[in-house]
Amino acid sequence: MTATTTDNQIVSEKLDAVLASGPRPPRANALTTTLAFGWRAILRIKHVPEQLFDVTLFPIISVLMFTYLFGGAIAGSTSAYLQFLLPGILVQTVVMITMYTGVALNTDIEKGVFDRIRTLPVWRPSALVGALLGDAVRYTLASIFVVALGLILGYRPDGGAAGVVAGVAVLMVFCFAFSWIWTWVGLLARSAQSVMGISMMVLFPLAFLSPVFVDPKTMPEWLQTFVEINPISHAVYAVRGLMSGDSVGDEVLWTFIAAAVLIAIFAPLTMRAYTRRR
Amino acid sequence: METGIAIETNELVKTFGEKRAVDGIDLRVPQGGVYGFLGPNGAGKTTTIQILATLLRPDGGIAKVFGHDVARDPEAVRSLVSLTGQYSSVDEDLTGRENLLLLGRVLGFSREQARNRCDDLLEAFGLTDAATKQVKRYSGGMRRRLDIAASIVVTPQLLFLDEPTTGLDPRSRNQVWDIVRALTARGTTVLLTTQYLDEADQLADRIAVIDTGRIIAEGTSSQLKASVGSGALHVHLNDAADRPRAIDILSRAFGDEVFPGSDPADVTGRVDDRSKVPAALATLAADGIALAGFSYGQPTLDEVFLALTGHTADDAEAAAQTNDTEGAVA
Repeated sequence: MTATTTDNQIVSEKLDAVLASGPRPPRANALTTTLAFGWRAILRIKHVPEQLFDVTLFPIISVLMFTYLFGGAIAGSTSAYLQFLLPGILVQTVVMITMYTGVALNTDIEKGVFDRIRTLPVWRPSALVGALLGDAVRYTLASIFVVALGLILGYRPDGGAAGVVAGVAVLMVFCFAFSWIWTWVGLLARSAQSVMGISMMVLFPLAFLSPVFVDPKTMPEWLQTFVEINPISHAVYAVRGLMSGDSVGDEVLWTFIAAAVLIAIFAPLTMRAYTRRR
Repeated sequence: METGIAIETNELVKTFGEKRAVDGIDLRVPQGGVYGFLGPNGAGKTTTIQILATLLRPDGGIAKVFGHDVARDPEAVRSLVSLTGQYSSVDEDLTGRENLLLLGRVLGFSREQARNRCDDLLEAFGLTDAATKQVKRYSGGMRRRLDIAASIVVTPQLLFLDEPTTGLDPRSRNQVWDIVRALTARGTTVLLTTQYLDEADQLADRIAVIDTGRIIAEGTSSQLKASVGSGALHVHLNDAADRPRAIDILSRAFGDEVFPGSDPADVTGRVDDRSKVPAALATLAADGIALAGFSYGQPTLDEVFLALTGHTADDAEAAAQTNDTEGAVA
């Protein structure tokens, strides 16, 4: 009981000492502040592990459903289809969960955390970049999950461990870039629900009108054109190539170009919305 | 820029669509002490603070904080001010300690310095035992204290406190007042918004009364009260039908400053000389007007508004008021 009586009590002498203490520390550099905000995102995973449900359940459902539903019809056998499908599902899963970046940001705005962050004298993009880096941890967890599940079901990456790691690394770069779309949407949308709605509307066609599930050669020509423009397609080709040890041609390069273009468009839009909200 | 001025604004304007939330505000807030913004919900207090804290860009006019233009040099302003918003601005999912540590690191402390600073703050604000609990498990008062602690991780030159005691119990409110006094004793200037006259009275050295985006009165608490009368008599009638007669009687007793209240059975009279109160009440009784209750006290925000604007705070923002205002639709 004695311990609790000290709580809820303002300690005047201590308060005075706290207010009096020392000069202002030097301004923190951009790396420190970015990493600090990244640390916050990781702490949130620790305190709210429920947010990993999407990361874990979504890939399980997709892998099982599509492998056993389409495997026989598309590739003749489920095991052959899994070899083709798994890298694509990996890309689709991680790209799909990038939308929670926008949802989390919008929630911050709603709760007022955002107003405090915006009045801090720090490098302006650090809160956003930090959040995206923290999200990279979630993406990595999801990737590990998908690959492990694939291995259990019989997926064998011919690219070996190195190929898998390279594939995941390329995917991380792509998703970091892709997330800037959602930071922008997250800043403009009125509610977390509308962020979800907008994200699904954009992601659903992009994720499915891609080479994730079938070879685009079976599609009508106009659709093939769309698939070739879709940045997710290049990420799928690159990751699949790296993981299965095939030649990837310039697909990795195209993925990085797509990433650069996404950042070049959406990072400035995001920062503009961030500085002049309302 | 002369010294001693914390905030200076000139013809400050902010519009949201058709609404002029801030409609030409001129302010001169001296350095040191507490400056109070008094006004009902929707008067423009929060919008003004958000402009001064660099969260919003003004649509017109100039605002300077310690000589730095908030629109042109927001970065300089941010390094001098801190904002404790109306709603909790800490991360509810994190613990109190993690919230403060994060800010300590972001504001430039080394890991060790941030840890020490954070422990000192938690102790000073009576949050040591709750340090490792998630903020969503905190009481309203604890959350508010953490919020203020988060604003002084680096002691600011100027602290904005937006309705710091709204929704708090009296004990927590007194704690917040103690914190504000400690801050000003150490030289921080505090700009505080409130809906409560007694809060402004307790804390503020100068008060600006805001209504519909404009400052309608400015001065020390005693100056403002002089313009409203030293006190007010509130009468709650048994029968609302007696009101016109009651107003008539009280007007004769106190002069003209008698108003119907927002409740149809309420009458409020401005009283300069409190020795007249017993006689006025006796006259009501002699006339057969039964009272359900009466009180004599400091003028409320409503009375300040009545005296300064001719309408009540309720009318100013009827929709925003949570009180029972049935029958008071403007």
